[in-house]
Amino acid sequence: MFTYRFSKWLRSPTPYLMLVGFALFFGAWFLLSEVFKFWRFASLPGPRQLLVEWFNPNPVYGMSLYTPDYYMHVWMSLRRVLYAFAISTCLGVPFGLFLGWSKAFKEFTFPVFETLRPIPVLAWVPLAIVMFKGDETPVIFLTTLASFYATALNTMLGVQSIDPSFPRAAACLGASKWQIFRHIIVPGALPFIFTGLQISIGVAWFSLVAAEMVSGEYGLGYLILASYVNVQYVVIIIGMVSVGIVGYASSALVRLAGDYLMQWRVRELALGSGR
Amino acid sequence: MNAPAAVAPAHATKGAIRIQNVDKVYYAREGAVQAVSDCSLDIRAGEICMIVGPSGCGKTTLLNAIAGFHDITGGAIYLDGDMLCGPDKPKAEPGPDRVVVFQNGALFPWKTNLENVAFGPVVQGKLTRAQAEEKARGMMADAGLVGVEHNYPGEVSSGMRRRVEIVRALMNDPKVLLLDEPFRALDSLTKSVMHEALLEIYYKNKVTIFFITHDLEEAIFLGHRVAIMTTRPCKPKKILEVDIPHPRNYSVLTSPRFRSLMEETVNAVHQEAVKAFEAGEKEM
Repeated sequence: MFTYRFSKWLRSPTPYLMLVGFALFFGAWFLLSEVFKFWRFASLPGPRQLLVEWFNPNPVYGMSLYTPDYYMHVWMSLRRVLYAFAISTCLGVPFGLFLGWSKAFKEFTFPVFETLRPIPVLAWVPLAIVMFKGDETPVIFLTTLASFYATALNTMLGVQSIDPSFPRAAACLGASKWQIFRHIIVPGALPFIFTGLQISIGVAWFSLVAAEMVSGEYGLGYLILASYVNVQYVVIIIGMVSVGIVGYASSALVRLAGDYLMQWRVRELALGSGR
Repeated sequence: MNAPAAVAPAHATKGAIRIQNVDKVYYAREGAVQAVSDCSLDIRAGEICMIVGPSGCGKTTLLNAIAGFHDITGGAIYLDGDMLCGPDKPKAEPGPDRVVVFQNGALFPWKTNLENVAFGPVVQGKLTRAQAEEKARGMMADAGLVGVEHNYPGEVSSGMRRRVEIVRALMNDPKVLLLDEPFRALDSLTKSVMHEALLEIYYKNKVTIFFITHDLEEAIFLGHRVAIMTTRPCKPKKILEVDIPHPRNYSVLTSPRFRSLMEETVNAVHQEAVKAFEAGEKEM
């Protein structure tokens, strides 16, 4: 099944278009910064400089694929994101389900939720440091916040998107309120929940880097800030590209998990696309 | 209420619905709307009763009251002599004795066809999952649904989906099937296949069928009786006995008796449709 899907993917235009997209992006960057040294781009490290430093066994600034410190930064960030993603999912999905399911619950919690939501992560930084002990917990708290909003809001919309005929049909067939919740509301909201989770994991990386800039002694966000202080622009770009790659991979994993749990949609879409 | 005009189908033992002076008022932006007014209708045990009327006339309101989705504001509805809803209890409880087949279909897309059909007995705790699936397989086979058990509803044709949904309802051995324009979205060829399939299922299962439609040909072809409803407020304007014997098949469509019944219905319905159109009724 997997090899079949992979060979089908190879025969479709998707992977080649992806390569063209990356080639255009890196090509433009290369031309602007290293070939034409266009305007202020001249002071920007180009992709060639990035690769030379990144794959250098003896890196000029002490940070490359050959230094253990690099993996420590990636691992610390990854661990924080995983914690934050797990917490925001465990809290956000049930919270969103109840928001969509119970009108009374929504009426007394949603206004508070909507008031807190626009407050940027950075504004929470001082409070997070006061509220939580140690180095790790405030960072994880800050990373969780925005993810939680994305998950909860999408889950709520998911419940609201369910065709009202479904719970009615289930009631006709003798399902109790709890059975309707379990068999209709949860799976019915699943497509939106996974949209929310994909946004959520992206947002987690987003706010993690901001949070790590404030506290912590490891992590890609910390690396970026420290390199800025030490004027090591190539290392900043190594940090940025690493966040991009790990972030892309993590949201791809979330998408795969969604496809696995929502076989019915995968199969409907496969029919609809006409091959 | 006067007694039923003709003897109920011989096999019938259960599923008589008595709709007695039912009123339904609801409040919309334009104020109070009288959707149903003083509506009385006796549906005999085991008959196919077709409810015909212009769009938005309040037919679905009536169905929702029987199913227990909405309350009524006056009158009472009885099923085999037991009050479903009435003065003390304006809203009936939905339950597996009165299963609805919805206009746009309500098979759960995340369950396979087999899981959908087995759903009722499993959630009611009447059968284990394995027993329910065994029974479901048998009933699906009886309805000509073989080889689609493990497909999701989204993977089979819309006509097939309708049949699965009807079988899902019949799994619960209901007293009444409430069908709300179930074949509306189908093309006319699929529709004619579905009509014969429904009759075949009906001959095997002997259940009362309350069938809302505005397709007159469908109404006369399927029904023992056709109740033509007035436009809002909804009440029976004329009840037509279809004296074409069951079992029927598609050859009756061209019979002279069918044609004359058709004529009778068209006239009655057309007047109501014009009234509804002039009142600017919206599809509800």
